[in-house]
Amino acid sequence: MNELYAWAAIAIITLAATTGDVLLAYSMRRVGDVGELFKTSGLFSVIARVLTTPTFFLGVLAMAVAFYSLLFGLSWGNLSLVVPASASLTFVANAVAARIFLHERVGRRRWLAALLVGAGVVLMAV
Amino acid sequence: MTFRKYLVLAGVTLFSTLGDSLLARGMKQLGGVSLHNFSGLLFAILNPWVAIGILLLLAFFASYMSALSWADLTYVLPATSLGYVLVALIARIFFHEEISLTRWLGIACIAAGVGIVAAGPSLTAARHHDHAQPVSQEAKP
Repeated sequence: MNELYAWAAIAIITLAATTGDVLLAYSMRRVGDVGELFKTSGLFSVIARVLTTPTFFLGVLAMAVAFYSLLFGLSWGNLSLVVPASASLTFVANAVAARIFLHERVGRRRWLAALLVGAGVVLMAV
Repeated sequence: MTFRKYLVLAGVTLFSTLGDSLLARGMKQLGGVSLHNFSGLLFAILNPWVAIGILLLLAFFASYMSALSWADLTYVLPATSLGYVLVALIARIFFHEEISLTRWLGIACIAAGVGIVAAGPSLTAARHHDHAQPVSQEAKP
């Protein structure tokens, strides 16, 4: 039964972390290259532009949900299952979500990288 | 990709790895802090390891946001995952921990993934938001 709870937590962590990453990436894409912005109009305007992007706060909220589900997940399942499983699944889920929602061209190279890193994270935890 | 952008990616990797490690060390020093004991969590900030760890994680967040402003999510995430390898190598070199064959395999997988994605383009997304109004203009009264 605890195993089931642990996997439910892993699913929620992965979903929340992916949502957060996609929202943050979307926000920063809207803000534009912060290096250029910093050069032309300074740090204050970079911060102001990030803080006036509503999806940025949704992203931070989703990240907070992922963090707290991780805390709860750790009380149900083992550290050696919950952390690598959710980290590894997040790499793969992000590749899918970035393709659908951010219209990134996830070619063979990106897929292979996401799968290799995901598999590597699992192997390191075994 | 300029040299400065590679530096930002290295910053994302280093700040998150060091921040997590310092935070973990500080929390271990404090002993178990449970969800029933929120005052314990508040006082955790007074521990120097925890404080420095939080500062480093803030630096991580800033460099991560910066990277996402000029590179794809599917580029930034794999490209900054060397931290897992870094932790294992630090444990091997400074704490003389054994690294098993499966962990070496994992290190090889992650390193290969990082190399493969870093050798490709950093930005592929169609700039379909270009017609949208820039956010800064919306914010002006």
